[in-house]
Amino acid sequence: MTHPPTHQPAPRLTRPAEAGAEHDTAPRRSDAARDVAELRAALTARLDTAARRWLDQALDEAAAHPGGHGPISTWELRLAEAGRRCGPDHADAARVLILHAARADADALARVYHQGTADERRAVLRALPGLVPGPDALPLVEDALRTNDTRLLAAAVGPYAARHLDAHQWRHAVLKCLFTGVGTGHVAELDRRARGDAELARMLADYAVERTAAGRPVPGDLHRVLALTEPATASHGPAAPHGKES
Amino acid sequence: MRLFDPHIHMTSRTTDDYEAMYAAGVRAVVEPAFWLGQPRTSPASFRDYFDSLLGWEPFRAAQYGIAHHCTIALNPKEANDPRCAPVLDELPRYLVKDRVVAVGEIGYDSMTPAEDTALAAQLQLAADHGLPALVHTPHRDKLAGLRRTLDVVRESALPTDRVLVDHLNETTVKEAKDSGAWLGFSVYPDTKMDEARMVAILRAHGPDRVLVNSAADWGRSDPLKTREVADLMLAEGFDEDDVDRVLWRNPVAFYGLSGRLALDVTAPDATHEGNSILRGGE
Repeated sequence: MTHPPTHQPAPRLTRPAEAGAEHDTAPRRSDAARDVAELRAALTARLDTAARRWLDQALDEAAAHPGGHGPISTWELRLAEAGRRCGPDHADAARVLILHAARADADALARVYHQGTADERRAVLRALPGLVPGPDALPLVEDALRTNDTRLLAAAVGPYAARHLDAHQWRHAVLKCLFTGVGTGHVAELDRRARGDAELARMLADYAVERTAAGRPVPGDLHRVLALTEPATASHGPAAPHGKES
Repeated sequence: MRLFDPHIHMTSRTTDDYEAMYAAGVRAVVEPAFWLGQPRTSPASFRDYFDSLLGWEPFRAAQYGIAHHCTIALNPKEANDPRCAPVLDELPRYLVKDRVVAVGEIGYDSMTPAEDTALAAQLQLAADHGLPALVHTPHRDKLAGLRRTLDVVRESALPTDRVLVDHLNETTVKEAKDSGAWLGFSVYPDTKMDEARMVAILRAHGPDRVLVNSAADWGRSDPLKTREVADLMLAEGFDEDDVDRVLWRNPVAFYGLSGRLALDVTAPDATHEGNSILRGGE
């Protein structure tokens, strides 16, 4: 049985992909800074006084002492307790802000991911696009894509995966979303990466055949993604290369 | 009827169990860290287990509308294995996590010096992390084990009213109650307590600070025993408020001492007509 979520939508953690944006470069620093400021403002508006005070202090501590001292740094403790301090619906946003305040690099993100709960891992995945410019953090995305935890899968197929995942892994990520019921709306830059992808189209068609043969419905999202795999028409210029085929 | 099973090892149970538990009224569980039947050989094996208690298992539970929390500890049996004992040094980073609502199961198995050391160290960890403690009482030599347990608790930094002593029975309930600890009873098909004896103990000693659990695991056990106790309580003259007290409010009060209970379940929205546990697709 499933139980629909009852909470209010949490603040967006990343901006939607922009059509025509540069594909293989990280967002400019000013964009990232603006995103973080907007996220903090949106989260702060939703927190009660005690939670807001906790968050302000956690972010100040993280900014002042980003390095570790002792067995575990203060900001990592704050990362762990964000759920009970801010409430489960706001924990992701609070954790992303703490990771930004601590200026966590790929090594620090890998450490807190591997030492984290599923909730902490999800926040690390959501923080990747703003904190790691290159492909160094791909092993974390690959780890999350191996799980069957749909919350981790949804976070793993965000803008960082769109930017860095190679074509084979990306196609399997899309198929796994369909397979496990993760809405393909979670897949960042789906239009750009799917366009003209004949191999993805084949995989989707095969999956549809398998479902039909079993007498099971074909997920509605499958048809939507399949339509996106059509090559771009001449009026849109040549099909965008993936640039990641390997 | 809302039920809270305050001690159940869901890692060892199936999705059928989750479904049946939800249908019976179970809306919240606490899964204490314990041994897995097969002895572990290194701290790494504990880390994977703890990660599962904080990752995959709450995800599974949420898909069946059940809030999952856990307790973290080095269990008494494996505290005797020098290959495992170093995991004690790694517990602090787990004890700060959301959804860790106690240190446990700790306590005695064979009452060895290594168990003394692990019990005292972990009671201190509970005090240091603002957590209560779930203390298992031994299956063999139970009354002597309870007395020794309570002595160690009294010598520790953790107040006795932040300790749940579990697996109690007719021979140990009075001394445990007199100590001021919370009182746990595990109801099993063959061993430990059964429903009728449980209801008799409730009648004799009252429902104050009493928690009833199934302690279901990989052995012969039944994850619906909480419901069976509730039904027998009603049949034997207890009212619905008594049932709610023993099988919901008391566990909420005890584990609520952690400040980390989150009982609203938000099932992952991203499941296709069921759940991603159905690995082959539905």
